[in-house]
Amino acid sequence: MSGLAGVRFWRETKSRYNLTGNRCGVCGTVFFPPRPVCTRCHRESIGRMEEHKLKGTGEVLTWTFVHEPRPGFEIQVPYILAMVRLDEGPALLAQMVDCGPGEVRIGTRVHSVFRKIGEEGKSGVIYYGYKFVPD
Amino acid sequence: MRDVMVVGTGITPFGELWEHSLRDLGIRAGMEAIRDAGITSSDIDALFVGNMAAGRLIDQTHIGALIADFAGLAGRNLPTVTIEGADASGAAALHHAYLSVASGLHDCVVVGGAEKMTDLPDPEVTEITATALDQQWESFFGATLFSMYAMMARRHMHEFGTTREQLARVAVKNHRNGALNPAAQFRRPVRPESVLEAAEVADPLGMLDCAPISDGAAAVVLCSAERARRLPGPQVRIAASAQAGDTLSLSSRRSLVGFDATSVAMERALKLAGRSRKEVDFAEVHDVTTISEIMAIEDLGFVKKGAGGPATASGMTAPGGELPVNTSGGLKARGHPLGATGIAQIIELVLQLQGKAEERQVPEARVGLAHNVGGCGATAFVHILEVA
Amino acid sequence: MVVGIVSYGACIPRYRISSEDIARVWGQNPPLIGKQLGVFSKSVPSSDEDVVTLAVEAARTAMRRSPVAGDMVNAVYVGSESHPYAVKPTAGIVAEAIGATPNLTAADFEFACKAGTAAMQSCMGLVGSGMMDYGMAIGADTSQGAPGDALEYSASAGAAAILVGKKNLIATIEHTCSYTTDTPDFWRREGQIYPQHGGRFTGAPAYFKHILACGRDLMKAVSTGPGDYKYAIFHQPNGKFPLRVAEELGFKPEQVRPGLLAPEIGNTYSAAVPLGLAAVLDIAVPGDRIFVTAYGSGAGSDAFDITVVEAINSMDRTGPSAVRSMIERKVMIDYATYAKLRGKITMGGASR
Repeated sequence: MSGLAGVRFWRETKSRYNLTGNRCGVCGTVFFPPRPVCTRCHRESIGRMEEHKLKGTGEVLTWTFVHEPRPGFEIQVPYILAMVRLDEGPALLAQMVDCGPGEVRIGTRVHSVFRKIGEEGKSGVIYYGYKFVPD
Repeated sequence: MRDVMVVGTGITPFGELWEHSLRDLGIRAGMEAIRDAGITSSDIDALFVGNMAAGRLIDQTHIGALIADFAGLAGRNLPTVTIEGADASGAAALHHAYLSVASGLHDCVVVGGAEKMTDLPDPEVTEITATALDQQWESFFGATLFSMYAMMARRHMHEFGTTREQLARVAVKNHRNGALNPAAQFRRPVRPESVLEAAEVADPLGMLDCAPISDGAAAVVLCSAERARRLPGPQVRIAASAQAGDTLSLSSRRSLVGFDATSVAMERALKLAGRSRKEVDFAEVHDVTTISEIMAIEDLGFVKKGAGGPATASGMTAPGGELPVNTSGGLKARGHPLGATGIAQIIELVLQLQGKAEERQVPEARVGLAHNVGGCGATAFVHILEVA
Repeated sequence: MVVGIVSYGACIPRYRISSEDIARVWGQNPPLIGKQLGVFSKSVPSSDEDVVTLAVEAARTAMRRSPVAGDMVNAVYVGSESHPYAVKPTAGIVAEAIGATPNLTAADFEFACKAGTAAMQSCMGLVGSGMMDYGMAIGADTSQGAPGDALEYSASAGAAAILVGKKNLIATIEHTCSYTTDTPDFWRREGQIYPQHGGRFTGAPAYFKHILACGRDLMKAVSTGPGDYKYAIFHQPNGKFPLRVAEELGFKPEQVRPGLLAPEIGNTYSAAVPLGLAAVLDIAVPGDRIFVTAYGSGAGSDAFDITVVEAINSMDRTGPSAVRSMIERKVMIDYATYAKLRGKITMGGASR
């Protein structure tokens, strides 16, 4: 793997580490990941998108137990992926950890934790970010 | 805009084609389509190729140029282009080829779709198909294409009571159809129990709920209506070629139980064709997973949202049903060589409309619909073809 | 200048393996081994937990419970012997994750099991000298013992973060002192996965000599005796050594037990003393005096004399962030799962 492989993920560190999204200064809609333009206000929102840190609390909209992983996720198989609706509004996709499939349901309240997401092999850069655990 | 006809088709078998390279497959399908159309290569004005991922699957981009070259057409300095819209690349190529003929720029073009997937191990293919998702905010966190559909399936079950058994019925039906299609990857029926007991991929979806990894290519020849009059064979018209899009990531969508892109593309297509849903005699839909077909017949408006599971279980979409769906075997049984799928769907429509679908022929097929989705619904195409 | 603790936080992974399970794999006497070591189970990090993630979780708890904003933290020091990178600081990642970047100093510390307390001392010095207002000292480890080695029963994972400052204190640190020598009792060479140790040599000339000397120096400096302290926290490579060294210094078991976590979670290395301190701070009341002596192989000891003050009563020390809840919120795993989570299985493909 190239030594530069991590750079495109490094760019998003702020959002990955601290769930930093943004908020439209015109209509107040919160976005995660942050968007350059509000999906409602379009041109009016340019220059008026404000950084907005999310609390990391929300509930499970849906989830799956992944048995056939992407390369790099083999050791975690089977792992839980969930779509989480954050309390501020936006939904995101993340892994759920420290729980078995019996502990996750649609509607389960969850909060974010800081975990290792992946790495560029054993000698490459390590990626950290959010995952979720049941409350 | 002028009428555009499909005047020739060519398709390779779909499956694990160890002996054949991407260029072999593309050329074979293209040549067959040209022969079928009764034209010669000198009649061709341009080549459009749908391909999703050769750049990663076989380290080859520039597929249009590659296929034109090895088809012996480089000397004609033919314009070629490769079009990518994830696994809707085939339909995307068709759409642009259609526009080029409808606009009058070209009179006769070849449009193909091709993918060679078996040169890499399965996990890498899983990674490559996941590039159709949002790399930074979905795939990065461990999402695979099938895991996204699995989450939609769970939500669909939660909201509408769709059952695992109803999902399995899609696979059973499409395998039964595929058994009758000489080009299909899987030409054997499966029992409902086998679907339920198959190895898990991303629950609630198992191996037999998911389209396979396939090699294959398909091509059609498009002509203007005037040009087509000079050609033999029953004529099939492209009544509508429509597309719609949506957010790349599933988490930003309005709904987790369907694709708005499909619904919008359908409305646009019906308007372009000047037809109603009732006039559609059969459909090829994007059953990359079993839940995908259930959501597709809902999003296309053939049944109301949430009714796709019971409708499937009732036999509505089976051969002889009210709306036969995926008579070819669909992505599930015919196979899903990403970029080739959209064109393979069109070929099934043409065969049915020409009355050449043999054992799987839909009686009195006059209007057929093809629905091709890119990734997890950020792109959807609907094509309506009819007997001219 | 009074320097002390502004806030603190802990993190203990959820998984545990019992000493009996490990003993069974290596043909040892399962019931006996736990009793011999005084370690009955140890914490096991999940495959997605490492020193960075544990340190971040502990530091975030410390920040959440303090009135201090991320950008007010002027230093982050992370002590560990299992930093995920040989070169690239854990501390920078932690600083980013608590919103302390970019105007701060940060570095990783290593001194076997006392790197966390070394970080505390550095923060004390910087704060005490007036160079900065707040410093975050973290001890964190995901230590590994070689399969079948005695260390495998104890080497575990955890983290604790201590926010050091001179305002908003919940406890004051009256004094600190250290005792350092060159003693080859335990080491891990660059590039090696597992450490080596000198067996019984890790006892008298190492753990006991340094803790006894350092602990006595501390009490002499502040003119105290064991009876002046409500709690005593010692480095805990197993469940036995801390009780023995306490007895030699004149402490009673009931002073030691509240901060003795090794029987349940094993030896969390750099986190061991900071975690013990966090467990005691969870239950301490204003006026309680705490005696702390860490030990790191190689070898050295750091001792602290800490007094809890009134403000601790206004800190939320209950709920899931309390050390006791983390200890109790556990999932037992078998050796096979432990081997998988700890990377003791050779994988193919991209996870190689």
